Amino acid sequence: MSARLTAAFAKGHPALVCFVTAGDPTPAATPAILDALVEGGADVIELGMPFTDPMADGPAIQAANLRALGAGTTTADILAIASGFRARHPDVALVLMGYANPMTVRGADWFADAAAGAGVDGVICVDIPPEEDAELGPALRARGISPIRLATPTTDAARLPAVLDGSSGFLYYVSVAGITGKQSAALTSIEEAVARFKLTADLPIAVGFGVRTPEQAGPIARVADGVVVGSAIVDLVAAHGAAAAGPVRALVAELAHAVHHARSVAA
Amino acid sequence: MTAQTPNSFRNQPDERGHFGQFGGRYVAETLMPLILDLETEYRKAKADPAFQAEFDDLLEHYVGRPSPLYFAPRLTEELGGAQVWFKRDELNHTGAHKINNCIGQILLAMRMGKTRIIAETGAGQHGVATATVCARFGLPCVIYMGATDVERQQPNVFRMKLLGAEVIPVQAGAKTLKDAMNEALRDWVANVHDTFYIIGTAAGPHPYPELVRDFQSVIGREARAQMLSRTGRLPDVLVAAIGGGSNAIGLFHPFLDDPSVKMLGVEAAGYGLDKDHAASLAGGRPGILHGNKTYLLQDADGQIIEGHSISAGLDYPGIGPEHAWLKENGRVDYTSVTDVEALAAFQLLCRTEGIIPALEPAHAIAAVQKIAPTMPKDAIILANLCGRGDKDIFTVAGHLGVTL
Repeated sequence: MSARLTAAFAKGHPALVCFVTAGDPTPAATPAILDALVEGGADVIELGMPFTDPMADGPAIQAANLRALGAGTTTADILAIASGFRARHPDVALVLMGYANPMTVRGADWFADAAAGAGVDGVICVDIPPEEDAELGPALRARGISPIRLATPTTDAARLPAVLDGSSGFLYYVSVAGITGKQSAALTSIEEAVARFKLTADLPIAVGFGVRTPEQAGPIARVADGVVVGSAIVDLVAAHGAAAAGPVRALVAELAHAVHHARSVAA
Repeated sequence: MTAQTPNSFRNQPDERGHFGQFGGRYVAETLMPLILDLETEYRKAKADPAFQAEFDDLLEHYVGRPSPLYFAPRLTEELGGAQVWFKRDELNHTGAHKINNCIGQILLAMRMGKTRIIAETGAGQHGVATATVCARFGLPCVIYMGATDVERQQPNVFRMKLLGAEVIPVQAGAKTLKDAMNEALRDWVANVHDTFYIIGTAAGPHPYPELVRDFQSVIGREARAQMLSRTGRLPDVLVAAIGGGSNAIGLFHPFLDDPSVKMLGVEAAGYGLDKDHAASLAGGRPGILHGNKTYLLQDADGQIIEGHSISAGLDYPGIGPEHAWLKENGRVDYTSVTDVEALAAFQLLCRTEGIIPALEPAHAIAAVQKIAPTMPKDAIILANLCGRGDKDIFTVAGHLGVTL
């Protein structure tokens, strides 16, 4: 498993994980937005691979996928964006997130080689559950890339070991049964779920889906190892396009302050 | 000697839901526990005589089964070769084979204690069939339909509403069937606790391809018995149109281990295989979409390409995984038919047999038109007439330059 991912969750404070869609609004605009995430204080970058059929995403990220594809974003562009990021930020953890078909279309080995070559630390594939791990997992693990799995409110104690088996980096807790960017979960249910997963998981647990503001992120960071923010950042890219870096940096700085200092603030 | 049949084509999928390299369960984690529950519950239902009895009773008294097996004398004479027979599933309640599957799935939904039904629809046939069974059993029903299809298929939208369903136009993507399926999956992920997703074709995550096939196999089981009783023999060739492939697998599956019976699946070649079409097997490659691995229309990066066909029911960029497997092992042959050929076959059947077929089976009839003259007069072709054409008269009129 990647040293950069381990380090991202060992800084002495909860980690902020930030998502943007590669190629949104254009492949040329993405590097500056990624730099803004790092400058704002993100500890892990999730780079979304656009797909024509993003079944698990809500309207904000669906639209980002269509903007990126409409701008002609290819897999080669995404890998170039990742390589460029790695060259500029040798120490910041970088994760690719997306759907199975673009990741496996040239074969799992091709994709794992390309991702490793681009300096990618982990891969989240939304529609490859543990039952279909053979499709991608072995190729990633053979190259030291962490397959990062999702756990959800429907993942019960009996199922959790299967979800954890073969995964590394962190466990991504999808705090609502639903799609990205919609309603947010009650803090008590998040706290209970994290406590439940901690009984079995020796991975850091990052909580996402529906987390948009510093006011939401801070309390979650008190009970989890990390907080994932996606749609709120993607909304800024939608509003500001190629000029999104400034607003994104400002939002991420607020989020980072709330997450990094969550445990030093009185509850 | 082993008692096993080493070469059976009827024992798929394996315990993980795979048909060879195809099929599987490629879904988000939120859905996995539900998919596993569904599989467990389906195994129990399949073994439960009471479930089977209720299914059979509804098919007989509500759907109107068995559907007739019909010898088409004037079409046979016109083509001048093999005898052409039709399995008349267009005579079912709601006018297509779709209802067979909807009856089975709503019984499963109620068995699982689910209280809300969702479905996707393209042309609206599966949506109408789903709305029908929801009205019959008093369950609320939400149908996702691409906004483009809502515009094109107003009569079916109205039918669904009359039957009490809520029809939600999907504005995402290309606003057609695959986008409707994406949106239904999004609804399901958010409402797993009370909602059952009635998938309309033999595709999607395991166990859907298997259970849809099993429910639709009533077509082939009846046809096989009817043909034996009427002619004392099995047909030489089965022919069926394929979008997702549920009517075709329903006809083919009970015959798969009859080595003398050849089978021909007919995909939609749209404007032609070198132009826009919906022939996933002829023009696609294996990939992963909507919960299963199968042949998909896609570009080099794995982005999905929209299918095109004159028939909205065939207009899907994928195909059921069992067909992908049957293509690779060679048990079934697959061909394709263009919009123009289907339109001609549509008119041919109207003129020779007094039957207005849906544009989906018109593709099968066009394939029959090609092969029948090459076969001897004592040969038998059995084609699946899986839907009636009332819904398509506006489309056909448009193509023939007639304003209604």
